This record gives sequence, structure tokens and C-alpha cells, in this order.
Amino acid sequence: MYAQMVKSEASNDDPALLAAFQARIDAGEKIEPKEWMPEGYRKTLIRQIGQHAHSEIVGQLPEGNWITRAPTLERKAILLAKVQDEAGHGLYLYCAAETLGVSRDELTEALLSGKMKYSSIFNYPTLTWADMGAVGWLVDGAAIMNQVPLQRTSFGPYARAMVRICKEESFHQRQGYDIMMKMARGTPEQKAMAQDALNRFWYPSLMMFGPSDKDSVHSAQSMAWKIKMNTNDELRQKFVDQTVPQAEYLGLTIPDPAVKWNEEKGGYDFSEPDWTEFFEVIKGNGPCNAERIEARQKAWEDGAWFRDGLMAHAAKQRTAQVAAE
Amino acid sequence: MSVALDLDVALFEGLCRLGDSTLVLGHRVSEWCGHAPVLEEDIALANVALDLIGQTQMWLGLAGEVEGKGRDADALAFRRDVWDFRNLLLVERPNGDFGQTLMRQFLFDAWHQPMLKALEGSGDPRIAAIAAKAGREVAYHLERSADLVIRLGDGTAESHTRMQSALDRLWPYTGEMMMADDTDRALAEAGIMPAPDSIRPQWEALVTEVLSEATLKTPDQGFMHKGGKQGTHSEHLGHMLATMQWLQRAYPDATW
Repeated sequence: MYAQMVKSEASNDDPALLAAFQARIDAGEKIEPKEWMPEGYRKTLIRQIGQHAHSEIVGQLPEGNWITRAPTLERKAILLAKVQDEAGHGLYLYCAAETLGVSRDELTEALLSGKMKYSSIFNYPTLTWADMGAVGWLVDGAAIMNQVPLQRTSFGPYARAMVRICKEESFHQRQGYDIMMKMARGTPEQKAMAQDALNRFWYPSLMMFGPSDKDSVHSAQSMAWKIKMNTNDELRQKFVDQTVPQAEYLGLTIPDPAVKWNEEKGGYDFSEPDWTEFFEVIKGNGPCNAERIEARQKAWEDGAWFRDGLMAHAAKQRTAQVAAE
Repeated sequence: MSVALDLDVALFEGLCRLGDSTLVLGHRVSEWCGHAPVLEEDIALANVALDLIGQTQMWLGLAGEVEGKGRDADALAFRRDVWDFRNLLLVERPNGDFGQTLMRQFLFDAWHQPMLKALEGSGDPRIAAIAAKAGREVAYHLERSADLVIRLGDGTAESHTRMQSALDRLWPYTGEMMMADDTDRALAEAGIMPAPDSIRPQWEALVTEVLSEATLKTPDQGFMHKGGKQGTHSEHLGHMLATMQWLQRAYPDATW
């Protein structure tokens, strides 16, 4: 889940319009950019789609960390293609957000100034090659869990972006699992790296779904608007149920002794992540928050002359064209 | 017999020159991943790097086959040391600012494209086939890098200055592409690869046209660095290999 704790905005619109809008959503209609929508719906979506886009962009960094060290030409190509897909996802999502009346530059500035967030997960470091497997398997796995239902979300451009994104994400997850398989069945050192990666990424992956439902204050309005389709705890449970057997197949141990099949609920019991850590990471105190945002700031600042140069050239071309006509 | 054997040695060398150049440039370009000035450039750079890595797999794969010692493309990429690398010095130049990265790409593409065109006519059908596939990709690389050099050369005062300085800095590394040694001459005589200086007229025509449209001044300096094709590199390559080859070297028994 790349959008966490998105604050819903209340709407002060005409109650009759609000009711008609809600009726369209309840009937399963898609809302398109030029149609009337409550201000709160628009603002909440900008925040959610923007946060999702920022997560894709910042998410390039922990994986980019291993592109130059990928162990074979094929692995290097697969990882590059994956990170490229993430940049592409960022692009579709910024475009979807732009249909709501906010520019990509405005969103970028909001990310760089810290006004907007990105997923907590990308503030954790990637320390060994096995982390490229764990990120694909767990992080993309958790993202898919959240994004598959979002293909049915009420806002048309967001739902359509999700259809494309989900196809690519499930491919990434398989590639990640494939790396884990090679590592888990490799030399003792490789297996140790695989277990270590699972140990480090397990709880941060569970945190991707956001705080427990009892502490999740923004859900009701977003769920009524079909911007959020499932509760945090529902998705977290689904993720654990899917992942535990996959870890067993790999011969790896989930770093939580409380993980146990519960026949009655038809799912696994498991421990809650450390929510204090989660809130610290969100506040900026994760292991890599400072590096991640500095890397994005540097890319943006160092690239200013490039963007200005292209704009200036385009302006010259336009002037020349007008003169010629 | 000894002539045939020498030709195989030359062919292995020639293929390593092609494959190492695409490998090293692909690696350099991939270093930008996530750090480009705009999202579209992140995507375009990844495309170029992916093409170059794909071409490396083909060139070094064939080199391993020609050598016949059981080394595949990965063994050649990850288990040779710096003196065995045969890439052009130009492609191991560090990325610098985005202008240097683009200028390096353009100066290389302007050679790469006609080189591959000529290789399509190789007497060795394996080489001709790789060149045809790679040529389609590189036509796009050249279109993109030439277009950006023009737009930035003729953009703002700052973008112009940066592009001119990138050109001045990289220019002395361009001569090597067109300089022949015994290996090149043997391969050219056998009709397997073009003589390097046969590429010069097309390279010069392309570069002159693009630089003039970009309002950039071709350096009048005649001195050219050389040695990459024979395995004498700058200090930069060793650091790149230390990063690139680290996992394979640290865990030689592992498969990935």
C-alpha cells in the first residue's frame, strides 16, 4: 500500500449535490475529471494519488541502490526494467492527479518540502542482494493487495491507472520471489541473506497497510466514496495469509513466533508491528528518510538547468515559427 | 592454420571491444537511475541502459562462443579484471553533470550507429544478425541524444555553457573510435568488421551537423587519448568494476 493514513477532507458542499454524488458512487458509476465532485473528494484524492505517485518515485531509490551491483547481466536488466516501470507508474499517477487540477511540479514541490508523504517502507535500507528479492516479494506483494481492489475505485483515471499498474506489479512480485528462491536454495551465505532480508522487511511490510482499524481515523469517508476499498486490518490479514505459506515454501522463517494458523477465523494469527516505530518513520525518523529526500532534492535542483534549457529552446522555436508565418 | 587461429583471437578481441563498450556505457547510464532531472529522462535512460545491456549479452555471448573456453557473457562481464577490458575510454568517463552524460552518449551514438550499419554487412552472419537488431535500438538512441544536444546547446546561456564544456572535456576521447590497430586491420581484411577509419566520414558529418545546430563549437584540439581498446584504461574503470563485479567475486560459488 503506497498511500498510508490519507486524511479525508470534509466537504461543505450543497447537501443535495452531495447526496446525488453519493448515489452515483453507490450505483458503481465512475467519476470523471470534468464532472462535479465534492471539494473534499477532490482534495482527498489529490493527496492519495499524489502520495502514491511519490512512493513510486522515492521507491526507485532503494532498488536503484543495487542496479550497479546486480550479480548477472540478466538480473541487472530485470531490475532496471522494474525500476523503470516504477518511474512509469509515477508518471501515470501524476497524470491522474493532474486531471484534478494540480500540476506535477506542484506535487513535486510538496514532496520535496516535506508537505506530502510517501510510503514508510521506502525509508528502510536495502543492505544485501536478497533485499531485491524481499522488496519484490513482500513490498510489491503488499502493494498489490491494496491496489487490486483500487482498480474498482470510483475515480475513473485512478482506476484505469491501477489496471495498468497492477499488471506490472504482479510481474515484479514474481521476479522478487524468483530471486528469493535462488537465494533460499543457494549457498549457506545466500540462504542467510534471504532470511536476514525477511527478518528486516517483515514488520515494515505489515506497516504498509497503515495503523490498526481501531486507530484509523480517516477510513469511513474514503470508504463511502470508494477511494478506499478495504480496511487496513482486512488487507493486512490477507497479506499475512498469502505470505506465510510462501515463506514456508522457501524454507524461511517468519520472524514472529506468534504466527500460527487459526482454524476458527480461517487465517493466521500474528503480532502487530511496533506502531511507535511506524509513527517515528512517518515523522521523518526512519533509517533512510533524510537520504531519500535529499536524493530527490538533489535530482530536482541539479536538473533545473536542464529543464530550463529545454523550455528556453522550445520558446525560441515557437518565436521562430511565428516569425516565419 | 595459424592464420585461422589468429583470426579467432582477433575476432574475440573485436567482439570484446563491442561488448565491453556497451557494458561499460550501459553501467554508467544505469548509475542515473532515480536521479535524473525529470521523470521522462529516468525512463529514457533506463531504456538506453537496457538496450546496451541486452547488446552486451549478445556481443559477449558470441565472444565466449568464439573463444571456446566455456566462458559465457556473465563470466566475461563479471570475472575479468581491468586490463582485460577492451572498451573505449570515452564510455568509462564518469557521468559528470547531465550535460556530460548526454554529450558522451551523443558522441558514442554518432559512431555506434554507422558502425552497426557497417557490421550488418559482416561476412560473419552471427555478427550481422546482432548488428541488425542492435542497429534498430541505436537509431533511437542517436535520435534522442542528438535532439537533446541541440536543444540544450541552443537553450539558455547556462545550458549552452554546460554543453560546450562537456564537449571540450570529452572531445579528446573520440579519436580512439576511429583509430585502427592490428586487430582492426585483421578483421577488416577478413571482411568481418569495418576498418575503424571507414566510419569517420559519417561520424564527422553527423557530429558537425548536430553541433552546428546546437550552436556549439567543435574543439580544434587534435590530441586524442587512446589505449582502452588494448586494455590500458583510466583510473575510473577499476572503481566501476569493483562495484559491478563485487557480488560475483565475493561469492564465487553462488548462482544468482
